[in-house]
Amino acid sequence: MCGIAGICLLNNSGEISLEVLRRMTAALHHRGPDEAGIYLDHQVGLGHARLSIIDLSSGCQPIHNEDETLWIIYNGEVYNYVELKQELVEKGYSFYTTSDTEVVLQLYQEEGPDCLERLNGQFAMAIWDAKKQELFLARDRVGIRPLHYTIQNNALIFSSEIKSIFMVESVPREIDPIAMDQIFTFWTTLPGYTIFKNIHELPPGHYLKLSKGQIIVKRYWDFPLYPRYEHWDLSPYELSEQIRQLLLEAVRIRLRADVTVGSYLSGGLDSSGVTSLIVNNFNSEACTFGIRFEEEAFDEGDHQNRMVSFLKVNHREVHAHNKKIGSVFPEVVWHTEKPLLRTAPVPLFLLSRLVRENSLKVVLTGEGADEVFGGYNIFREAKVRRFWAKQPHSDRRSALIDTLYPYIFKNPRLQRSLHSFFSRGLNQIDDPFFSHLIRWENTSNIKKFFSQELQTQIGAYNGYEQLRQSLPAAYDQWDGLSQAQYLEIVLFLSNYLLSSQGDRMAMGNSVEIRLPFLDPNLMEFMGRVPSRWKILGLNEKHILKKSFTPLLPEEIIRRAKHPYRAPIKHSLLNENACAYTKEMLSESMLKKAGLFKADKVNLLIRKMLKVDQSREIDDMALVGILSSQLVYQQFVANFPHQFPRAISLDLVVDRRKTRSSTLIKLKRKN
Amino acid sequence: MAYLEAVRSFIIENFLFGDDAQLTEDTSFLEDGIVDSTGILELVAFLEETYDITVEDDELIPENMDRLNSIVRYLEKKLSDV
Repeated sequence: MCGIAGICLLNNSGEISLEVLRRMTAALHHRGPDEAGIYLDHQVGLGHARLSIIDLSSGCQPIHNEDETLWIIYNGEVYNYVELKQELVEKGYSFYTTSDTEVVLQLYQEEGPDCLERLNGQFAMAIWDAKKQELFLARDRVGIRPLHYTIQNNALIFSSEIKSIFMVESVPREIDPIAMDQIFTFWTTLPGYTIFKNIHELPPGHYLKLSKGQIIVKRYWDFPLYPRYEHWDLSPYELSEQIRQLLLEAVRIRLRADVTVGSYLSGGLDSSGVTSLIVNNFNSEACTFGIRFEEEAFDEGDHQNRMVSFLKVNHREVHAHNKKIGSVFPEVVWHTEKPLLRTAPVPLFLLSRLVRENSLKVVLTGEGADEVFGGYNIFREAKVRRFWAKQPHSDRRSALIDTLYPYIFKNPRLQRSLHSFFSRGLNQIDDPFFSHLIRWENTSNIKKFFSQELQTQIGAYNGYEQLRQSLPAAYDQWDGLSQAQYLEIVLFLSNYLLSSQGDRMAMGNSVEIRLPFLDPNLMEFMGRVPSRWKILGLNEKHILKKSFTPLLPEEIIRRAKHPYRAPIKHSLLNENACAYTKEMLSESMLKKAGLFKADKVNLLIRKMLKVDQSREIDDMALVGILSSQLVYQQFVANFPHQFPRAISLDLVVDRRKTRSSTLIKLKRKN
Repeated sequence: MAYLEAVRSFIIENFLFGDDAQLTEDTSFLEDGIVDSTGILELVAFLEETYDITVEDDELIPENMDRLNSIVRYLEKKLSDV
């Protein structure tokens, strides 16, 4: 796994500084500490920081094609590169490395942008066609690997991470009010946005082409979901067998690496299933890693231990103590580069650190299963509310909600109030956002902390309307679960789970995560599985449980879903964290950032300090406000344009002083 | 009147964080997102502590707790019964 960065001039005026490229690449050092390389000509500059996983000896990037007219920098893995390479060899292509990167480049040469549909993997890449003077940027289907860009001073500047773009000093660093509105509604920005004004994200499943000063952004893939009449007509047994085979293949090719591959193991269904496939089929001595919490409500230790003894794996665990979560939170926000409403990313940052300390740099994880197989409570909640809406006065129907949230309903006194809460919008079952409206409207309550200035800048902007317009044409033909799955995948999965809680937390410690549940073949198959087999009655991920039944202990199959969460109040408002929380939430800092009303924030903190257990919405407000302040402080007010760590370049291709046919390699490490 | 002012101040300080612009006696806490489902517990704790009463389970219904004027009505009845 790696980091990529670059600058491409939109026309022939101006020049690209090697020093700026070096700084942009240095800002990505954590993504790729093993090697670094740069390509530079009159039009384009490409920088690459490499974490060596495949082809340790000759995979240094940028990599070129045979006649050195195409140059690639690439962050990711294409797991089916072995098969693709064989095809290309048969067509007469030759290779000077054994890396997957060179396969991707040659496939691009052969097929152009269509090659993206052939790639099974996770990637962000840039390819420079020196002959056509064309830049091609692309990102994997679901957005496992990040890619951002901006256009400034007649140049397209892009990078895996925004901090690297900000190394170009002329790029303005400003919080985008619209993005703030989006985050405090949807929990994350809408596709294409970042928290910073004019810094764009290349959305998942898209590519960008820059040619003759013109930029085209095009979608090449969308999450496969189909109307009922296109669903599989297979028995649950047949479905579960095929799913297990697809998962086995997804795991098999994700173990391709020239380094040891480990696995995360939480004790939940998804990571237990993946680890079981690894241990039973590929590596009986696999290394696994898990998180432990000091508060019982968050901890899954018993189930984790059960799986460790069941699979006899070599397991390590990290203890995510409340104080630890609080103390590393600012570092986590430095990596996420966007405000958060949860502290759940933090333990994953600590976990990847543990992986690295154990000398591993690749792990398989269970992320994506809840989206693809229907695991989230929000899906079940929508199902119950649709059923309830048919008889709104039925006590029996409304009581089904209790079974979804036993931890909220454990106090019987709340039952009637909670039913009122969940009955909101029961008459809106035709709304395309029926499944998510309660969550979004609840989250929007935090906007009452927004400063007057921020509210004025947001004005009449309506995120719902924007999202509505971006829905695919077939959306109306899908059933309720498919619609909810789509929203969850487009918003929560891509922009939060795979980003703030995924790539960024792993790469912050130079660790690559690989996600078998997001294998394109599996996603395509699941798009045609009838919703009733995904959630049978109220049993979430039914068909996945059926697939894993031969592999896992019954108690793991049967256990109620344990949503992965981390403590908030006791982590952020404790004496260890309070030095920076006090500073970030002080009246002067709040006024300086201008994002929130200082007096209201003060009342929130006072209230939270008074109680032992705070309300969820107050917790979310605290994390949201604190992380926004940290984003402002770290990226806007106090951004370090010079990182203390200087990188040494292993490969420099500088074509500025020569005609384009001549190549100069200044330095190459053996 | 005293009930109204006390409950109103509590709602403004704890759920609206000082901003009383949107709160009338007839504003629905749940519909307007002022007090969410679990916030009801904080409200009940406040009522029980301030007025030395016990809110029974069957009294804990939106008809008693969802608006300032319904809380006032509830308190008047409850305290007159004592």
